[in-house]
Amino acid sequence: MKTLLAILREIAGLFVDDGSLAFAILGVVAVAAFLAFVLKTSALAVGLVLLAGCAAVLIENVIRTAQRN
Amino acid sequence: MGSWATVAPAITSAFLASLVEVVEAFTVVLAVSTIRGYRPAVLGSLAGLVLLGLLVVVLGPILNRVPLNLLQIVIGILLLLFGMRWLRTAILRAASIISLRDEQLKFVQTTASLKDDALAHQARLDWLAGITAFKAVVLEGLEVVFIVIAIGAGHGLLIPASLGALAAFVLVLIAGIAVRRPLARVPENTLKFGVGLMLTAFGVFWTGEGLGVNWPGSDLAILGFVIVFLLIAVSSVAFARRLVTEIAK
Repeated sequence: MKTLLAILREIAGLFVDDGSLAFAILGVVAVAAFLAFVLKTSALAVGLVLLAGCAAVLIENVIRTAQRN
Repeated sequence: MGSWATVAPAITSAFLASLVEVVEAFTVVLAVSTIRGYRPAVLGSLAGLVLLGLLVVVLGPILNRVPLNLLQIVIGILLLLFGMRWLRTAILRAASIISLRDEQLKFVQTTASLKDDALAHQARLDWLAGITAFKAVVLEGLEVVFIVIAIGAGHGLLIPASLGALAAFVLVLIAGIAVRRPLARVPENTLKFGVGLMLTAFGVFWTGEGLGVNWPGSDLAILGFVIVFLLIAVSSVAFARRLVTEIAK
């Protein structure tokens, strides 16, 4: 049972280390999906939002972590 | 199968990412075999590999039934979560904000832990040693399976990605058997940096495709994303280093 729990914890840890990073990535994808499926924005704009959003999330997270440490 | 613009990064990503994971699993299996001999180490590892094989056999056909767009979005998001986590860790390690992983230290810790278990549970030690090897192979192997599926599924790249992972497994096995020590000289953070870049690029590309984006240059856009994230990552390392130095002053 302990082994199984450790494996499940490890699987979750594959994707979520810093919770705020995971949450922010999901936020960017949600915004891009909203633009694509609800507002029917042009595909290229959706792509740019996705790319720029992911880049911004990464930079912000690294800076915040550096300041905290 | 896609063009070389997607096949080459797929093989390289799967190979390098698997190299990191297999080296980590090897360290634990080696510690087990050092304390209790090869039998529990090999049996535990084989049991782990069988379980992973079963997972692939069960999951493979299910993936084929998922609509392509949905598959691209789900795997794209998982790749973003996984790739950006690795990239973030690699940036923070390169900037000396968090410490590097040390295979030698991990080997010493696992050996010490098994020795403690030896004192507490002498009769069950072979079993505990086997479970330790099994757990290491399953945990690290799951990451390899995910990487191969994430890179390969949806673009007909499962075979190239699997070959990349298999090559990493064989290389670590040969090197490990030859030196019989933890493979501490593998530049783990550099590998994580490179793989994090590629997985993030794949993640942006596939999530975008799932959302209906026709990327300019088609598959070549992946290489463009790798360059964009490389520039961001290198700048982030320099900036984070400077920030930490300024705060320390």
